[in-house]
This record gives sequence, C-alpha cells and structure tokens, in this order.
Amino acid sequence: MKARAFSYFRAATIDQALDAHARAGDDARFIAGGQSLVPALSLRLQAPRLLIDITHIGELRGVSREGGHLRIGALTRHCEMLSEPLIAEFAPLLHAAAPFVAHPAIRNRGTFGGSVALADPASEFPAMTLALDAEIEIAGASGRRRVKADDFFVDLFETALQPGELITAVYVPLFKADQRFAFDELARRRGDYALVGCGIMATCTDDLIDDIRISFFSVGNTPTRAKGAEATLIGSRLDAERIAAAQAALQGDLAPPDSDEVPPAMRLHLARVLLGRLLGRLGEGA
Amino acid sequence: MSAPLTSLDRPNSYIGRSVPRPNAKRLLAGRGRYVSDLKLPRMLHAGFLRSPHAHAKIVSIDTEQARALDGVHLVATGTDLARICTPWTGTLDHFKGMTSAPQLPLPVDRVVWAGQAVVAVVAESRAIAEDALELIEIAYEDLPVVVDIDSAREAGGPVINPGSANNTCFRSQLDNGTVDAAFAHATHVVEEEFTFGRHTAVTLEPRAIVADYDPAAGMLTVHHATQTPYQFQDLYSRHYGIPEARVRVIATDIGGSFGMKLHVYHEDMAVVGLSILLGRPVKYVADRIESFVSDIHARDHRVRARMALDAKGEILAMDVLDLTAVGAFSTYPRTSVVEGNQVIRLMGAPYRFKNYRASLEVIFQNKVQTSQYRAVGHPIACAVTERLVDMAASKLGLDPFAIRAQNVIADDAYPQTSATGYRFEALSHQACLKRLHEIMDYDGLRAEQADLRQRGVYRGIGIATFVEITNPSPAFYGVGGARISSQDGAILSLTPSGEVRCMISVTEQGQGTEAIISQIVADQLGLAPEHVKVITGDTEVTPHGGATWACRGAGIGGETALQATRGLKRNILEIAALILQEQPSALDIVDGEVVDAGTRKPRLPIAEIARIAYFRSDTLPPGTQAQLTVSHHFAPQGYPFAFTNGIQGCSLEVDVETGFIRVLKHFIVEDCGRVINPMLVDEQLRGGIVQGLGAALFEECRYSETGQLMNGSLADYLVPMPMEMPDIVIAHVETPTADTELGAKGVGEAGTAAASACVLNAVNDALAPFGATINSIPITPAKVLKALKRF
Ligand SMILES: Cc1cc2nc3c(=O)[nH]c(=O)nc-3n(C[C@H](O)[C@H](O)[C@H](O)COP(=O)(O)OP(=O)(O)OC[C@H]3O[C@@H](n4cnc5c(N)ncnc54)[C@H](O)[C@@H]3O)c2cc1C
Repeated sequence: MKARAFSYFRAATIDQALDAHARAGDDARFIAGGQSLVPALSLRLQAPRLLIDITHIGELRGVSREGGHLRIGALTRHCEMLSEPLIAEFAPLLHAAAPFVAHPAIRNRGTFGGSVALADPASEFPAMTLALDAEIEIAGASGRRRVKADDFFVDLFETALQPGELITAVYVPLFKADQRFAFDELARRRGDYALVGCGIMATCTDDLIDDIRISFFSVGNTPTRAKGAEATLIGSRLDAERIAAAQAALQGDLAPPDSDEVPPAMRLHLARVLLGRLLGRLGEGA
Repeated sequence: MSAPLTSLDRPNSYIGRSVPRPNAKRLLAGRGRYVSDLKLPRMLHAGFLRSPHAHAKIVSIDTEQARALDGVHLVATGTDLARICTPWTGTLDHFKGMTSAPQLPLPVDRVVWAGQAVVAVVAESRAIAEDALELIEIAYEDLPVVVDIDSAREAGGPVINPGSANNTCFRSQLDNGTVDAAFAHATHVVEEEFTFGRHTAVTLEPRAIVADYDPAAGMLTVHHATQTPYQFQDLYSRHYGIPEARVRVIATDIGGSFGMKLHVYHEDMAVVGLSILLGRPVKYVADRIESFVSDIHARDHRVRARMALDAKGEILAMDVLDLTAVGAFSTYPRTSVVEGNQVIRLMGAPYRFKNYRASLEVIFQNKVQTSQYRAVGHPIACAVTERLVDMAASKLGLDPFAIRAQNVIADDAYPQTSATGYRFEALSHQACLKRLHEIMDYDGLRAEQADLRQRGVYRGIGIATFVEITNPSPAFYGVGGARISSQDGAILSLTPSGEVRCMISVTEQGQGTEAIISQIVADQLGLAPEHVKVITGDTEVTPHGGATWACRGAGIGGETALQATRGLKRNILEIAALILQEQPSALDIVDGEVVDAGTRKPRLPIAEIARIAYFRSDTLPPGTQAQLTVSHHFAPQGYPFAFTNGIQGCSLEVDVETGFIRVLKHFIVEDCGRVINPMLVDEQLRGGIVQGLGAALFEECRYSETGQLMNGSLADYLVPMPMEMPDIVIAHVETPTADTELGAKGVGEAGTAAASACVLNAVNDALAPFGATINSIPITPAKVLKALKRF
C-alpha cells in the first residue's frame, strides 16, 4: 500500500515545530525516526495532512550530564544507546535493553523520544523509563514541563502528551555504585516484540534491598510497574523464598490482556518465570 | 560421489562440481530485473478493493466517486470482466467426483473469503488507485461463515457453494482389504490425532504482473513473476480468446516461488482483462498484506492415524483418515486436492508393510484457497508416519534408529511397490540411516542428553525418514486433462564465435536452474560453462515445456539439455570431420577444441568450425549443410515418478519453564541421484529445512471465528530468520535413476519434507521425562506449556 498524499515541513527549532503543529490543527504528526509512523502511513492507518520533520532540531539531540541526571535528547537513536559511553556508564539499563529493540536497520533510525512518545506497551524503552524513575521533558504551547515516568503512561498509546506537544529529552538519575540492574525478555525470535519483558533497578546495602523498581512490558495497555512484587522485596535479601513471594505477587500486579496466541494465564506464568530469573541474576550481583 | 558420470579429473567435467550460480553476482549487485522494476510507456497501476467479510452477498457497488477522481482510468467490477473472460473451474478428471464452483476474475454476486478482491481500480499511480478504493462503497449482506473443519462437515450446516449438498470438495479411499485383519493380529497398536496449521509461502518478492495488450496487433504480452510461463500463455489465450501465438509470457528475474507462483490468482487474471479493456499496460504488485490474504495457503490437515506392529516391532499396517480444508474454491488449474492425495499416498512410504487403508476428505471453508506449496503433502505424511514409529519404538523399548533399520525397505530389495501403490525404482534408506547415525554422533548426543537431564536441561533428539516425489510424468496432471506439460524442450546453437546459447523451457527463480543447465551443456559439449549462455522464461523464445514445479528442473530439464547437447556435438564433429578429413568418431571436443579422440591432441578450435560454417560455407564440400542449431524435447518415460529418499536428524533444547525451543543442530542425509552441483543441492536442502523449521515452530495463518486472518503481516506471521537457523550438517548418498542418462532426480522439497517431523519427534523426546506429548504443528510455546500443564 501507498501512503495518502501529505505535506511536509522541516522544522529547524522547537518553536517552529510547535507552531506548525498548532497551525495545522490536529491534522499533523511529528516525524522522528519514522520507524513506527511510516508503516502506519503506508498502511493508511494514519493519514495526517502534514508531517513535521523534527530530526533537524539541534536542541533535541545529544546526551549529557546535568546535575544528578543524564539528559538524553529525544532524537537519540536506538543504536546510540549501544554506542554512547555516557549511557553505558550512567544508564546501563538502557544500554542493556537496546539490543532487544528491533533490528540494526531500525535501530539506526528509530529514536528514544519517538519510542517514549508512542508508548507502545510492548516496547522496551518506555518500560525502562519507569524502572529508572526517569522524567520526561515536554515542550508545548504553555512552555516546558517535566513529567515523571510514573505519571506519563496513561493508557494504550495514550500519554501525558497533549496534542501538538513535543518530547524534548528524558532525564535519567545517574547510575550509582550501590545500584544493580537486570533486563531480559522472552521473544519468539530475536528482535521481535516480546511476549513479556522486564527491567529492574535495585539499590542495595550489601545484599539487602533498600529500593527496587520492577517494570514489565507486553503485559497490558501500558508499561507496568510490579508494585506488589517490589513491596515484597524491599528490606530483604534475594533468597529463593523472597523471589517466590515476589513471583506470587505478580498475580495482583499484572492483568494481561486476552490474546488468541498468548492467553492471560500463560503471560502471567511467563512473567513469573522471567521475574524469577532476573531476581536470581540480581541476587548474584548482576 | 559414489557414482560419478564422468571422472572429475577430466577437463570440462562440470557435472558433480560446485560451480557458482552465474546470476548470483548480478542479483547481489542489485542488477536484477524483477517485474516490479519494469516501467513501460503509458503504464497504469491497478489496486483492488477487498472484501472485509468472509462470506457475504454483494448487494450493491457504488463506484461513482472513484470514477470521478483525477488520475483514475478505469473502475471495473466482476460484471465488467465477466464480459471478456470465460470462467474457470479447479477440477481435474483423474480426481473422480471432485467438485468446485466456477470462478471469475472478480466475483459478481458473492464473496467467499475475507480479503477476496471485489473491485479493481486502474489509475496513473498505485497511490491514486488506493485513494479511489477508499471512495468505493459496497453494500454486503452477511452470510453464515464456515471456518473450522468440524462446522464445515456438520450435516445441515451452512453450505458455501449454492446448489451443493454439502461442503465436500473431494473424497478418496485407498484400501487393500487386509487392514482389519492385520490390526486384529497385532501385538501393539499406536494411535494419535495430528493437526497441521495452515501456512503460506512468504516469497521475498511478492506476486507481480504487468499485462500489456496491444489492440492494433491483437497481441498480449504479460511480464509475470511466475514459475510456469507456458501454462499461463495457454490460460490467458483460452480464457481471453486470444490465439496462443499472440500471447507472450515473460518470466524475468523472480524472487522465490516455492510453488506459490504456479496458480491462477484472481487479481492476475483481472489485470490481463484490465489491460485488454484499456489497451494500455497495467501493473499490479501484491503488497505483503495482500499476499497474506490472497496467495495460496497450504497444509491445514487433521489426521487420525494408527499403526499396527508385531511383538518384535515389525510394522504390519497403517490406517489413516485425513481431513483437510482448502478454502472456498479448488485452485486452478492444479486443484487443491493434490496435497491430500499425496498425504494418503506417501504415508509409510519408507517401510515394508503392505496392509494399508486411508480415506481423504477435502472440505470447503470460507478462507483463501490452498494449493501446492513446497513439499506438497510430504511433511504431513512424514510427520504422522514418523511420530507413530517413534511412539511404537517407545512402547516396544526400541531405539528410534533400531526400529527404522528393522522396517525400512532394504536397499537391495528394489524395485518395490509401496503399500499405497507408488512404484520405487531404487532407494537407499539403509545407507542413509547408517550415515545419519555417524554424522549426528548419535551415541554421543544421547550420552550428553542423559547427562544434561540430571541438571534439569531438557534436550531432544529426533529423526525422520522420508520419500520425495520428483520428476513427475504426465500421470501427475496431464492424465487429468490439465494442459500442463511434463516434458521440456531446449534449443542449442553454436554461435559464430564458438560459444553456445541454450534456450530451455525450465525456469529460474533463484534456485540455480541456469547454473546446472550450463554445467550440463558445458560438460557434454566440452566447453567451459562461462561459454554457455542459458536463456529461460520467455514463451516467444524458449520452447514449450513444464518449467518449474514438483522438483523437475534438474531431472527432466537437465536430461533435455544433455540430449540436446549430444545432438549439437554430433553435428559439430561432423563438420569438423569434413574439414579435418577424419571420421567423426575419431574426434572429440575438449575445452572448446576439437581433439583426437585417442591422443587428446588439439586439432581445431570449435570457433573455427563456427567461422567456416557461418561465413565460409563455400569451403565445405558441396552438399554440406552445417546444422549448428539443434532442438530437442524430452518427456520422462519409465517410472511415472523418480522417487528420492533421505533421513533427517535434529537436536534441540526445550526450556520447560517458558516453552521456548532452540534448535541446536540439524542433520540430513539425502539421495537425489546424480548430484550435478553439490553447492546448489546443499543450498536447496538448507533452504528447504529452514522452511520446514518454520512450519514446525513458527508459521501458522490464524483465523478468527468470523474468518478474519489475524496475523497477516510479517510482524505477526513468524518465519525463521538467521538467528533461528541452526547449523545444518549435510551428507549425500547417490543412487542415480536409470530412466535417464543423467541420472538426476529432484531435491528442492527434500528439506521441507521431513524437517517438521524431525522437530516434532525431538520435542516429544525432550518432553518424555514429563510424560507430556505434542502432536500438533506449529509447536508454539503455548502448546509446550499446555502439554507440561504449566498454566
Ligand atoms: C520491524 C520493526 C520492528 C520493531 N521492533 C521493535 C521492538 O522490538 N521494540 C521496540 O521498542 N520498538 C520496535 N520497533 C519500533 C521502533 O523502535 C520505533 O522506531 C519507535 O517505536 C519509534 O521511534 P521513531 O523515532 O521511529 O518514531 P516515529 O515513527 O517517527 O514516530 C512515532 C510516533 O511518535 C511521535 N513522535 C516521535 N518523536 C516525538 C517527539 N520527540 N515528541 C513527541 N512525539 C514524537 C510521532 O509523531 C509518531 O506519532 C520496531 C519497528 C519496526 C519497523
């Protein structure tokens, strides 16, 4: 299929982009890497009158330290999550998740901001912003604001972004010496969206867990924190008994959707298996 | 190579050598010319509006707005095309009693599957055509949908084809009358029900066609990504009433076919009609989403089967019921019943037993039609047989190798006729079994498996023997009344500079037909293959023939080339003898030089013979007419099919917590008779095996209860990719057929024939400690976890 005809505008600044969107009413889309938008246009699932290319806006680029945070520009591409030394050092969970996002050709174009803005519940990065307790910086008609990842993902493909608003950057707390992380997913084939996936950030004193954030993807309408499982682990050691308790708690944390291929009970089972394996690794100091 | 035709030490012995495909480099460099690359002057583009309903009455079609859109040249409905195209029916006479409703390019009053093309738009661009499709309104009235096999067979249930009593397309029975007695005397009986999901070919290049009707010349030219240009020349001629000589079908570079590009598709027929209506070239390339809902699907069988054995493990009998659902029509012109027919005839084929009974029931349902796809019927017959053999082995406490060694037809017992009536010239099951045991390091694998089990790692080892149907004679389609040739033709010319041009009816889809034909010609003439130009796939240029289907290119096309080359060589040597004043029998050709047959001393380059014959015929003795172009046709005779055989092995690991399966290594020992090009044979085996692994683990067209295909995209319909492809170890046994000089049989389907059976057996082997079994493919994590009662 071929996309319906559309107009194209290349924005040089954030203001130009916001302005163009406002003038086109709701009938416009920002395009970043195009790895989700272009297929949707080709399938005529979306047919906006105007595409606003944001890839030439310098302000949306770059990875840098800002105080206690790593600022990751919205245009940071998936492949840069693998190659950028600052990310490997200060946001190693994103570095660990990146190889699981699609295939090299897509990682060369797809952007972090695009992935978070789209908020596909099966995507790796949106869920990792939850595990990382990241903040999403948004530019809109009323200026800039920062929204906690916990408040960002609202429903299926629905976020705190208002129509015409742009993600400019994501702020991730710097990884510290007393922290541990783990990531893995169960996908039918390498590079596929996972049947279930999970990323964990834990802060420990010796082997005792002070704080832990467990975030699942592909388990419902949004990336989902397993708060019940987290609660069972805080203040304890990752022994077999605690891990089993955390696995059991998932029953209350997750409500997987009906799907012909992966029934809810199976997805829940897989989530438990995955959590058990990741906590096991975390316990070994991963 | 156990039986070389020519010693490989001799110059120009190219049969048996790994020669690279001459077109591989060109395609890799992006220099391929596919139908989708073609741009003809005044060419327009077609798009199709498809039915969202699986079964519905067409109440009205409103095309007014679409017609009015700028850039739209034609909007055509079923009625418009029915005026110029005669209907077709997908039945063949030798399938007694089979029925199927007549078909037209586009339906007139009823749609019978979701995705069926209903209205065509022809416009300046594909995008404009799609804009126009959005402006068409069709009112439908839902009819009851028949989706699954059971509801299709329900008495008094909805019937798809008006005027039919039920949804039966075809029934067939094989029974030698001794089965009940054999089961009554058996010590052991194993029985199981098996299901095989629907899948589809997923060629890299989708279906593509440019039809170009020239009303002034009354000439239709069709550029068509097809395996069988001659078949389509015949069909376009007959259904559109254009004399055959005025229809030209050109099959340029083709990106894979796997049997999918042999069949009549409604859109393709429509595009020819659209070009006739407009007098302009019209192009249509199916996109991936369209491919999933309109390419043929395959498999979709439910088989109940049992096997009887005596106390020592001797197989006594098999009793089989195969139910298969084929869509709303039988495919034209090869039908949709060949798969079922081959399923019941290939059951038990490697084994000695004689008591056999089978019934086949082919059923209509509201889904896209199924038809021949790589290894037609083989994977089903193989999986059922081989799983039953494994079940019997475990019941008897026999090793899978031992029970097979005990029951296969002995290598020295041929010729043989199978319990189902197939005649085998010579197969090599015993040799293959022995070789597989070695290359797998079977004992080592078993020891490792036992060791790992102690540590909670569950590996499985599976093997599967198979028989493959190749080199089909007219017994396949011709006897049923189909105008599908089982012979091939070649025209060979010596060029003025001493090279050879070979125009041959077998075609190239990326499998290397042109490479092996050039090897055979070079070998037989005494020339380097670089000096042989092979031309395929143009009905105006190449002689009529069967082209590519059912593993026949090497066996039949290769023999055609061999015979034709021998004719050309005779003619060249006759002229050489006149020039050199020798007897032709005293001369031979080596490396493009005529030599003394005895001493190999060079006498005259063949380029010189060509020069004299073409430009200085005055120097030849009076009355000499040099014949440096020869033509030759070859139709298979002797056995109706050249059967091949082999055995595969698989080692895999099942993650019993997630249900995920990792294939660790795959093995095959295969006997395709004479191996012409080992590298290409191995490529065929590897590709075929990977397709079989796809069937085993990933591929299935899943439908909703309302007949909607739920996973019609490459994001949802999973095919194996490089990370899912294991290393594949290959070994050969060579038992050439005596029916031809070349001795080659087919090899294109062998990998697919047994790979899924092998995986099925290996998975069951891995699950054995849990007492869990699976008898359904694809083997998804859900099925594994269900079998293990994990959720
Ligand atoms: C074959 C294939 C496999 C894939 N597999 C995976 C996978 O396994 N895991 C995974 O996570 N993803 C996968 N993807 C999706 C890929 O990661 C996308 O690139 C990503 O989801 C979107 O990023 P993008 O830059 O391409 O966004 P685009 O496609 O350009 O845009 C997507 C949406 O986000 C909006 N948008 C983009 N940038 C911004 C911004 N800065 N502010 C506000 N809105 C914005 C756009 O308007 C649009 O609505 C796959 C894609 C393909 C084609």
